Amino acid sequence: MDISSINPFLLIASLMVSATPILLAAIGEAVVEKSGVLNLGVEGMMITGAVVGFVIAVNTGSPALGFLCAALASAVLSLSFGFLTQVLLTNQVATGLGLTLVGLGLSALIGKPYEGIKSPTLPSLDIPLLSDLPVFGIMLFSHDAIVYLSILLVAAVWLVLTRTRIGLVLRAVGENHDAAHALGYKVIRVRLIAIMFGGACSGLGGAYISLVRVPQWTEGMTAGAGWIALAIVVFASWKPWRVLLGAYLFGGVTVLQLNLQAAGLAIPVEYLSMSPYLITIAVLVFISARGNQGAPASLGRPFHASS
Amino acid sequence: MIRLEKRLEPSRMMTAVTPVIAVVLTMIVGGIMFALLGKPPLEAIRIIFWDPLFDPNFASYSRPQLLVKAGPLILIAIGLSLGFRAGIWNIGAEGQYIMGAICGAGMGLAFYPTESWVIFPLMVLAGGFGGWLWAMIPAVLKTRFNTNEILVSLMLVYVAEAILASVSQGLLKNPDGMGFPGSRNLQQYPSAANTELLANSGMHWGVVSAFIVVIFAYILLTRHISGFHIRLTGEAPRAARFAGVKPARVIILCLGISGMLAGLAGLFEVSGPAGQITIDFNTGYGFTAIIVAFLGRLHPVGILLAGLLMALTYIGGELAQLMLGLPGASIQLFQGMLLFFLLATDVFTNFRIRLGEAT
Repeated sequence: MDISSINPFLLIASLMVSATPILLAAIGEAVVEKSGVLNLGVEGMMITGAVVGFVIAVNTGSPALGFLCAALASAVLSLSFGFLTQVLLTNQVATGLGLTLVGLGLSALIGKPYEGIKSPTLPSLDIPLLSDLPVFGIMLFSHDAIVYLSILLVAAVWLVLTRTRIGLVLRAVGENHDAAHALGYKVIRVRLIAIMFGGACSGLGGAYISLVRVPQWTEGMTAGAGWIALAIVVFASWKPWRVLLGAYLFGGVTVLQLNLQAAGLAIPVEYLSMSPYLITIAVLVFISARGNQGAPASLGRPFHASS
Repeated sequence: MIRLEKRLEPSRMMTAVTPVIAVVLTMIVGGIMFALLGKPPLEAIRIIFWDPLFDPNFASYSRPQLLVKAGPLILIAIGLSLGFRAGIWNIGAEGQYIMGAICGAGMGLAFYPTESWVIFPLMVLAGGFGGWLWAMIPAVLKTRFNTNEILVSLMLVYVAEAILASVSQGLLKNPDGMGFPGSRNLQQYPSAANTELLANSGMHWGVVSAFIVVIFAYILLTRHISGFHIRLTGEAPRAARFAGVKPARVIILCLGISGMLAGLAGLFEVSGPAGQITIDFNTGYGFTAIIVAFLGRLHPVGILLAGLLMALTYIGGELAQLMLGLPGASIQLFQGMLLFFLLATDVFTNFRIRLGEAT
């Protein structure tokens, strides 16, 4: 085995790529949960985004269009969750699970004829001047557009949630929906918009897996990324910048174990590949042992104006 | 204007009727989906729901399959329903199923090639223990650190799959298997085989256990204090605390039972229909059982019927794949849609639909 073959700078560059899908899904879910809704369907929305993005990109030759359609498709799918939980007042946990099962089935059905095809992928967007820097150029400034978009999205979510009126209303709805309703805010409308935003983000994240990270379509290719995104939201105590930190830490672990596999570490492959999930559990335990600070008070509770 | 008015109590009639409505809605939307795929919709529905039971050419093969597939689904779903009633969400039954199968098969293979009647009962114990142990991880973490059991139990599915891949290529690999991954075939080891009890019925020990568990769950929920505590925890958590119900006990109990039952289902599958531990012997029963639990309204008798119906869609789906070239994934989608429609029609159980403004 040869640990020295692992280049730490390339490691950081590839961890950013590997973390981006979970980062996108997690920042979307953070907004959904801030509005008081627990959507466990992230995995289903991601895989739908992955297949739609892939099919559109292969057929049109445009990855950008693929990403756009992936976001749209997952937003529409998430609206079915929104309709069920917000209008028909179904149990959010069960409906979220249902959304995941529907998404997995739907994506397998759509993607079947596309197995084994390679997709057109995104060009890397070298930022002028900065990308010419030694070391840091490759590490931080020669990624594709979606990597930068995901970081901008985190900044935007932070700005909106903490510095604007819209963010205040969203948080009020999530903390105490009865009080927000009494003040005249449209609880259901706010939540539906948040759910669709979360859906669109998950779709982008899924498409990033099938168009950039892999770039191929295989059934069930998200392999739990959506669930890990849910765990990262808890890890981050529902704070946008901590979502970024959590996603990158997780991306780091994933990339490191892949590198160790490639370097031929004397640990069997199966044990290395289960390590991201074990670490997620360990982190969840650590966070919850401290007490779940920052969970929106109305999280997961149904809202009905009369009751 | 349409508005919803909360019922004081869930409607009993609607509780029974809504699953039927959901099945009919799924058939209609599924039919439209089949039509979009260019397959004759009515024929597809008939092949899925009718032919496996009544077509003279297929029924002799597929009727026994009904019990073979329904057995594990019912076993797992009964366990899950206890937790779901108490608001404890074990969604990692697939992992507990795998661990039960590994422990049970490992116990049997440890005795190979000794023949004795004690081997199979020991395997059953080991299978239940494996599933129980795997479910105790989220249970203990939940009671000790208040860690979210949904995420932990699901993460453990991926860990269990990695362990399965490891043992089927290593620890439990058949030494006479000429290098192929997978364990010895337990069906060819009489003391460890879970054989068909009546010829051509599909009835094996797993199916028998499923029927017994249905009866036990019914008694537990309607006649026993623990069942009452489980229901109370889910329906009125505050009242449960005042009544002295210990949440930690309910969590350990619900996750323990569901893990054990999932483990048993895994053992019966691996020593019976599947025959051996392979990388992908598990077929997602742990996830489908979630649908079965809801379709059966979390009620033991309902789950029995729902398990049979869901088994039918599996067999019918395979038949439709064969006859019409319907993609296998469309059945998965079909089952997912069923859960969605079921949850959606639940609104009729808990609310009245009123027209006009509130008075």
